[in-house]
Amino acid sequence: MTPPEDEVVVERFDRAERWLHWSSAMLFLILLGTGMVLYVGTLSAVVGRRVLVKDVHVITGLLLPAPLMVAYGGSWRAQLRRDVRRFARWSVDDRRWLLSLGRRGRERMGKFNAGQKLNAIFVAGCIPVMLMTGAIMRWFSPFPLAWRTGATFVHDSLALVLLAVTVGHILKALTTPRAISAMRTGAVPADHVRRHHPRWWRELQSGDR
Amino acid sequence: MLPQTPEDAELPREDVPVGRRVLLGMVGLGALGVLWGATVQSGLDRALRPITLNDRTGLSAFLPTSSRFRIYSVTGSLPSRTDLDYRLTVDGHVDHPAALDLADLRARLPQTAMTKDFQCVTGWRVPDVPWEGVRLGHLLDEVGVRPGASHVRFWSFDGVYTETLTMEQARRDDVLVAHHMLGAPVTREHGGPVRLYVAPMYGYKSLKWLERVEVVTALDQPSDPGYWENLGYDTDAWVGQSNGRQDEAT
Repeated sequence: MTPPEDEVVVERFDRAERWLHWSSAMLFLILLGTGMVLYVGTLSAVVGRRVLVKDVHVITGLLLPAPLMVAYGGSWRAQLRRDVRRFARWSVDDRRWLLSLGRRGRERMGKFNAGQKLNAIFVAGCIPVMLMTGAIMRWFSPFPLAWRTGATFVHDSLALVLLAVTVGHILKALTTPRAISAMRTGAVPADHVRRHHPRWWRELQSGDR
Repeated sequence: MLPQTPEDAELPREDVPVGRRVLLGMVGLGALGVLWGATVQSGLDRALRPITLNDRTGLSAFLPTSSRFRIYSVTGSLPSRTDLDYRLTVDGHVDHPAALDLADLRARLPQTAMTKDFQCVTGWRVPDVPWEGVRLGHLLDEVGVRPGASHVRFWSFDGVYTETLTMEQARRDDVLVAHHMLGAPVTREHGGPVRLYVAPMYGYKSLKWLERVEVVTALDQPSDPGYWENLGYDTDAWVGQSNGRQDEAT
């Protein structure tokens, strides 16, 4: 649902944020795909080439923080920083929204609802944990044996949760065309913002985008 | 319905830094998981064993347990041989080179059965796997090893995977040319129709899709001492005494 041309729109995600989202998404899907091939026996058997798949997985994993560092490392980071602050700080309304599974706490809705905030924080938190455990699995020799087993356990379990969260994220996006077009073009109708995200609307009015 | 007062637009004082807490909490939990995950894992394995052992859906392949086989195949697709096509060549420094079919291996030659663990060098271990086959020693007697033979080289019909054992290792009575495992003919995934099972060593020694057993007087091939050895794993791969690991012997 791309807004008609004459409709007043508001920029939800700027160019740097969109680039960060899609480049991370691409790396993440490669990681998920290669990870499944390494983990699920029937897939391993069909695809084979274990050494190559492992190398692709490890290199992609090491690259995963790169888009974040690029997006955060230049003058283009202003809006990303504001949005990160929005993810990080939770109001009473956010907690009410989350505890009521979105039924309450909408009156002062900001730019993101608590579900979106939690998703962003969780995925961000997964990056250091997956990097740390993945590095122990790949370069295991300096560590005690039990650490390798522990790292494998954490890496595998968290990957399963990430898979579920990602499937949920994609399904949610597919059923909300406005969300996809916002991440594709950056724009959402101003009217929608005014009616459903009053706190963000006022932030926009007061010049704090 | 909308609160219109301008002060509502300000960041309320009660805003809580949930993001930082969740992030630090996740990293902390991750580190604890690395330190104590092995303990949690063995408890989970025990708890989930009734499920994983009786699972017919294949969904338990997604559970993060360690007591299940993980399929490591290094070539593009799983190699396959039908039972009728299959031949095991036994040749090299021997008196009577032979090409054995499945009937030879399953019936004509003396049969051996054993139930032993399968321990992978990456950490997972499948307990109490039933194996059936022909002792490699019996196979070597069948073709008559000539004096001067030092090693046995194994070739997989995947075209890539090779392994070697010293003659002394090959003659152990817990080294099997296996045609049955887990109570059924060895499946393609597990290296069927015939694979090696070197019980006292890590899994990479138990070559899959076995098609040739070659008795040699020296390790003189570029592939020697074997595929995984050339990637840095130990040649004498005793469980618990190699590759820097301390697993219990199988």
